[in-house]
Amino acid sequence: MDRLLPRVLRVDLTRKRSWVEERPDLFRDRLGGTGAAIELLHELCPPGADPLGPENPIVFAVGALSALYPLASKTVALFKSPHTGNLGESHCGGRTAFALRLAGYGALVVEGRSDVPVYLSIHDGGVRFRDARTLWGMGSSVTVGRILRDVEPGSGHRTILRIGRAGERGVTYAAAIAETYRHFGRLGLGAVLGSKNLKAIVLSGRGAIPVAEMGRYQKLYRELHERAVRSDLMTKYHELGTAQNVGPLNEMGALPVRNLQATRYPEEPAFSGERLAQGYLGRRLACAGCPVACIHLAALREPHPAEPYFYKTTFVSYDHEPLYALGAMLGVEEAAGVLKLIDAVGHVGLDAMTAGVVLAWATEAFERGLISEAETGGVRPRWGDVAVYGEMIGRIADRESEFYRVLGEGVRAAAERYGGAEFALHFGGNEMPGYHTGPGAFLTYLSGARHSHLDSAGYAVDQDLLRRGEEIPPADLARRLLAEEARRQVLSSLVICFFARGLYDFPTIAACLGALGDDWDEGRLRNLGAEILRRKHAFKVREGFRLATLPIPERAVTTPAPGGAVNGTYLRRALAEMERWLEGSDELEG
Amino acid sequence: MAKRLAVVDVERCVDCLLCAQACARRFGEGGLARSAIAVRSAGGVERGFVVVVCRACDDPPCLHACPVGAIEKGPVGVRVVLDRCIGCKACVAACTIGAVGWDEEGGKPVICVHCGLCARFCPYGVLALEEVEGG
Repeated sequence: MDRLLPRVLRVDLTRKRSWVEERPDLFRDRLGGTGAAIELLHELCPPGADPLGPENPIVFAVGALSALYPLASKTVALFKSPHTGNLGESHCGGRTAFALRLAGYGALVVEGRSDVPVYLSIHDGGVRFRDARTLWGMGSSVTVGRILRDVEPGSGHRTILRIGRAGERGVTYAAAIAETYRHFGRLGLGAVLGSKNLKAIVLSGRGAIPVAEMGRYQKLYRELHERAVRSDLMTKYHELGTAQNVGPLNEMGALPVRNLQATRYPEEPAFSGERLAQGYLGRRLACAGCPVACIHLAALREPHPAEPYFYKTTFVSYDHEPLYALGAMLGVEEAAGVLKLIDAVGHVGLDAMTAGVVLAWATEAFERGLISEAETGGVRPRWGDVAVYGEMIGRIADRESEFYRVLGEGVRAAAERYGGAEFALHFGGNEMPGYHTGPGAFLTYLSGARHSHLDSAGYAVDQDLLRRGEEIPPADLARRLLAEEARRQVLSSLVICFFARGLYDFPTIAACLGALGDDWDEGRLRNLGAEILRRKHAFKVREGFRLATLPIPERAVTTPAPGGAVNGTYLRRALAEMERWLEGSDELEG
Repeated sequence: MAKRLAVVDVERCVDCLLCAQACARRFGEGGLARSAIAVRSAGGVERGFVVVVCRACDDPPCLHACPVGAIEKGPVGVRVVLDRCIGCKACVAACTIGAVGWDEEGGKPVICVHCGLCARFCPYGVLALEEVEGG
């Protein structure tokens, strides 16, 4: 481990002060990233903290491999989530990890609350609190990025992380946006930043990282690079991007459509990866340090409403999850319509996934008469009506009325207020991801530390079992998912993109760390993964979370998945096994 | 025949920075401190990128700007004689395209030597070594 990684930059917005702490314990013994951040969160976030109060810290962290090895390109953010009321964890690519690591820090911790809107300008070892009153309240986060790009230094080696007006106003699923097209999307980091009166963080870094054994490092780097560019990562993620999932999921009947009333479109959706690439793909981008370049920007050319013969071209970053949430869940038929909605949530700074599920709930609630135009303020949500959804996105961000304020807290809050819990698709308060593949997916959503499909990838286990025509007992599925989630804790401590999980098995990781002078082996890595997972679960339990009694949305178990309707009792048995393991001390089979 | 590093297809650049990382590894370190190649957006990433690197001028302004003769013509491009360099940054100011980098720690310029290591790691054929006439 080099001498710079254990440096934690602490910023207190209340007192406008910053200082650096050395925490080798967190970066040597826990590798940094999520392993370090969960410890900082336990230390700094008081039990029962108000997620939107000054006492809720935000921890951004990178890890031992960040900016050194291929695809070690992500930054993790941990905080107490205003959306679920327990652990908030979100990962982001772009240039965040490079900038933080090469600025000479392993973590940045933001605490307190500024009395006036500010943004942080962090360059060359200095932290400056800049006036953001002019930026506050701006209609679009894109404009904020454009301004900061011009007034701040560090072009080419900086990150510009900012919130939109949804974050300023405390929508509990407001996102933080990096480099215009990447996001800390889920669980409300944008709202926590907004509650601190912090509009943006501009951070640059282009320092050196000393490497203990350069020869070994160079060789490993070369091998991993070769494997990455020759692997199926390139066809899978570079050519079509994650949008390539839309078609196959639709075909197998696992794409949630119209609030999961259906699981497929009759034909291939207009927003499948192939159709978007053919009709709209305008540019591909990479996160710093990644050869794959999975980021796909659509060029959306639309006639200007006021000026004849004039077209505006908007670039919209698309991925499977936003396409699912703002396309399939809303029954949108046109690719351009989905792209417009993805663009709209980016401008106001909402999590695309939650926003889509919220609008889907509202549409069904409206159809069923649980809400009327009195609540919606005269708009009539209707499947596929992009103009109405665009309007509602703005109203949610602006928290325009009581109804939109409630929608701004997610479908759990909306169903508590207006009814319709049976079709409110949330798991532990976090809205459903875009895979209706079977019990594995639901268990991941329910049990995953951040209720994300990526926590333990149950959707992949479902598809594997379907292919083999196998069914396994609930306790076996529980342990398989826990083992995967524990393994992923090591990846997100280092911090490696999950797309590279196939490149980085434990022996490879141990070798990568060895070249940096750190002695690790497979067993120690496995134990660390399990320990981090338990530390996250302990934080959630501390904040009132109970896995075994989590409600399972009725719609999720009544709409058949490809292998048939999911059995609620099966899920309960698996959850009980998961809770037993998470709160015990047994080892897991790999 | 000598070879020059050229930016041959900038439209395919995805801003992965693998070129800049590769360059820094020549110095036995990670990071970007002494990288002689840089990538920045052309006014927002959606508009594409500018790859900034020495283009091996026939008559290099940086060489003329150096007051102590620390920049000499190389087989392709220039070579910095670090022991002679006084760190005045006149070369940085003289380069029209901003391709003279600066090593903050060492206080010396960093200029591409056209070794082509960066091109070997560019996944998309943005960079290539080209034959130079009479080089």
